[in-house]
Amino acid sequence: MTNSALTEEAILARPAAQGSRVPRGLRPWLTPKIVLGGGIVLVLVIMGVLAPAISPFDPNRQNLLGAMQAPQWLAGAHFLGTDHVGRDILSRIFYGARISLVIAITVVVISGIVGVGLGAISGYFAGKIDFAIQKLVEVVWAFPPLLLAIAIMAFFGQGLGILIFALVIQRWIPYCRVARGQALSLRSRDFVHAARSLGARNARIVMKHILPNLMQAATVIGTFAMATAIIAEASLSFLGLGVPPSIPTWGGMLADGRAYISTSWWLALFPGLCIFFTVLGINLLGDGMRDIFDPRLKRSGQGMG
Amino acid sequence: MALLEIRNLKKHFPVGGGFLGRGAETVKAVDGVTLSVEDGETLGLVGESGCGKSTLGRCIIRLIEPSDGQIVFDGQDVTALDADDMRVLRRRMQIIFQDPYASLNPRMRVGEIVGEGMQIHKLAKGGELRDRVMQLLARVGLREEHFDRYPHEFSGGQRQRIGVARALAVNAQFIVADEAVSALDVSIQAQILNLLQDLQEEFKLTYFFISHDLRVVEHISDRVAVMYLGKLVEIAPAEAIYANAQHPYTRALLSAAPLPDPSRKTERMVLQGDVPSPINPPSGCSFHPRCPFAEKICSEVEPALVRDGDHSVACHVFGPGATVGRAAETV
Repeated sequence: MTNSALTEEAILARPAAQGSRVPRGLRPWLTPKIVLGGGIVLVLVIMGVLAPAISPFDPNRQNLLGAMQAPQWLAGAHFLGTDHVGRDILSRIFYGARISLVIAITVVVISGIVGVGLGAISGYFAGKIDFAIQKLVEVVWAFPPLLLAIAIMAFFGQGLGILIFALVIQRWIPYCRVARGQALSLRSRDFVHAARSLGARNARIVMKHILPNLMQAATVIGTFAMATAIIAEASLSFLGLGVPPSIPTWGGMLADGRAYISTSWWLALFPGLCIFFTVLGINLLGDGMRDIFDPRLKRSGQGMG
Repeated sequence: MALLEIRNLKKHFPVGGGFLGRGAETVKAVDGVTLSVEDGETLGLVGESGCGKSTLGRCIIRLIEPSDGQIVFDGQDVTALDADDMRVLRRRMQIIFQDPYASLNPRMRVGEIVGEGMQIHKLAKGGELRDRVMQLLARVGLREEHFDRYPHEFSGGQRQRIGVARALAVNAQFIVADEAVSALDVSIQAQILNLLQDLQEEFKLTYFFISHDLRVVEHISDRVAVMYLGKLVEIAPAEAIYANAQHPYTRALLSAAPLPDPSRKTERMVLQGDVPSPINPPSGCSFHPRCPFAEKICSEVEPALVRDGDHSVACHVFGPGATVGRAAETV
């Protein structure tokens, strides 16, 4: 064995020396998109988690005498004013963040597991299994997303579980399509052949060699799916088909405020802004993450700019 | 006794297959190959790109299911084994791939990659597994601290060492090296070839060494088989191939290989045209349209692989099976 050439190989493969106080692994993540989007999402998470502690009022406590108070900012008890039955809007926004988050995360995780799982199976096994799963995808995809959700909610009635089901039933599709495409290309990669020649069973190959290689794509889809889940939840709540009215949601607040928009703008404006910034933040985060996970895309983007 | 015997192996891929399966054609990637590999030897398999040599290699370890023929490994008919028995046999037959970037899972650490086979076959676990992987890494010229690294942290040569360690981990006897050094720099190629030879001696390995590079094959092989369009055209001990090639295709390949010695003269024998499509191979000897020595019979009758001692040639004009005119010595 020629030792000198071997050490040279080793030197070439060693990572470059560190040059900044920021940990090396973290540095690529500090892009404006990720910092801004992540910041917004972080604020949202804090709002939702700490809602009981930071809300000045019970979000459902009505006070008809104090209804329709304009935002008082720091001058009074109701920072963002009260709604048509005198409930504190700021408190309802905090609690609304909580429900938006719970629904969005649950929907994204469940549809991610279902979509990536089915996609990996579809792409890896190909053939008849693939055909069957892809036909299912096409059938579900043929329905307009909101319409299908409305139909399910109208049929089964309101409820958190049913709402999540109504949202998941379509949101696993993008995961499934991307996962299938990647699994199709992964199955003919040499490391999968190597695993098979070592004697690995299909289950092991899917779990160890296919799924881990789908996670990056799934993460990116997940963030975007989270934004659409929040919008869909708000839309259903706006239509009165979301969670039961006793749970404060941004969509429900928006629907309540719609009737008074010409006289009491704050009822609709603040939940609307919340939805807007949340979706913006999540999309920025997803965009930033895609830039990192798919360097080819980023490079072509820079070339154009 | 031969460790591996391949009898009339065929692999035909359906292609095209228009609407409702009409107009489907078949690519005869491997079309009736018979050969044997002795225990402990290195059989080199050479041929142009697309001649079916990788398909043959992958059929042997059943990464690709052969369409027809038999593969007998150490007395067992590999083609007749069910999935469970095949899984047991896989320990003894391994493969090293060409592309060291595609052959290692980017999401697994080196330790997991090398240890996977031992896990699958329950050869070791826990600390024992770790120790054995460490030993293997050291044996192929890597260091212990590489255990927890990911493949992207390594150079091509180092990755290929990881691939070798993975094949050795399950105590393989027979290794298909599918263009194992073709993607590497020349200096690194030599290191990996030397490593393979050292390991062969140490572990009594048998190699089926596939390459398009005659120089590499000459260096490592005991015997060399030459493949053209899915068929073997010549098999002989390495020295015989390089000193006394019979088949015109073998000679053309040899004359195309650059020699490091400028004083050595070679007669250039440049082939006309491209490799014909394996969908519609030429009649008779599939090499005849490109062969400068082709006679009438070559386009009509397919030549059989005729054996003379340890040298087999499939040609109507040259070698032991020659039936027409010229003798090999005249060229």
